[in-house]
Amino acid sequence: MAAMEFKPTRMELTNLKKRKAVAVRGHKMMKDKRDELVRRFIVYVRRNRELREEMERKLGEALKAFVLARASMGGEAIEEALMYPARAAQVAIGMEHVLSIQVPRLTIEESGEFQYPYGFATTSAELDGAVRALGEILPMLLELAQVEKTCNRLADEIEKTRRRVNALEYVMIPQFIEGIRQIKMKLDENERGNLTRLMKTKDMLAKKGN
Amino acid sequence: MANTIGVIGDRDSVLLFKAVGLDVFFETEGEKAQRTIRRLVREGYRVIFMTEELYTQCGEAVAQFKSEAFPAIIPIPGNKGTRGVGMQDIKKNVEKAIGADILFSEGR
Repeated sequence: MAAMEFKPTRMELTNLKKRKAVAVRGHKMMKDKRDELVRRFIVYVRRNRELREEMERKLGEALKAFVLARASMGGEAIEEALMYPARAAQVAIGMEHVLSIQVPRLTIEESGEFQYPYGFATTSAELDGAVRALGEILPMLLELAQVEKTCNRLADEIEKTRRRVNALEYVMIPQFIEGIRQIKMKLDENERGNLTRLMKTKDMLAKKGN
Repeated sequence: MANTIGVIGDRDSVLLFKAVGLDVFFETEGEKAQRTIRRLVREGYRVIFMTEELYTQCGEAVAQFKSEAFPAIIPIPGNKGTRGVGMQDIKKNVEKAIGADILFSEGR
């Protein structure tokens, strides 16, 4: 490890001691933060996995129904039926903080009963089924979006925090300790030098006096 | 309130999303889809669902927005069924955060 050079002065020593204390406290906090992040991440990621599995299954079914509908109705009729949505999906977008990480919070605002966006005259029953199924999946899709984003953000943050913890633990703090040791040795050495010099001078003075 | 959820994908897969009131954009090429993503982000879309086929082609744009709070770009299976792209992403997250795959090894 490349040791840092410190000036061997008392002031530098006090500074170093202060910095070390801060680093140690920071390290402890970072470690706690990392542990808590990991704990939450595991909860979220489990949920994420469940949601995704369920969503993929259900959406697959809805799309299958849609393919059937397409087959029984013909492409143009279907596009005509679907081109104009009856209502825009109203979604409230908010922010949530998980350990000071911003994550999105999506909530669907139900605007009354589910409606088909088309008349029944020219459409087939399969299409009704597919549309209804998708309408039911929509809240789940939103939750998935929210959870997945949260997982992403948490994973990023955990990585960052872990790096910081390691940097503090294995680089910063040992460097400070080493610096403090060096300065102390240097100061002690100076002190001893001084002492011997004084003793020597005293001896010399005593001899002269005699 | 302006719509904030967009769906990008090939026509057959995402047309259905129109029926539930999401904004649908038809794209089949990765390049164009990336441009569409960026445009949607500028226009204030907060959630973008993409078919898995496109999602894999748009790695650059996806990575760009991955670490930001918005937008959330979420892969969904297209009409050809799922290829496990979404699951792969979850797995990557776990590995990144914890260093080892602890969730998916359970089942196997």
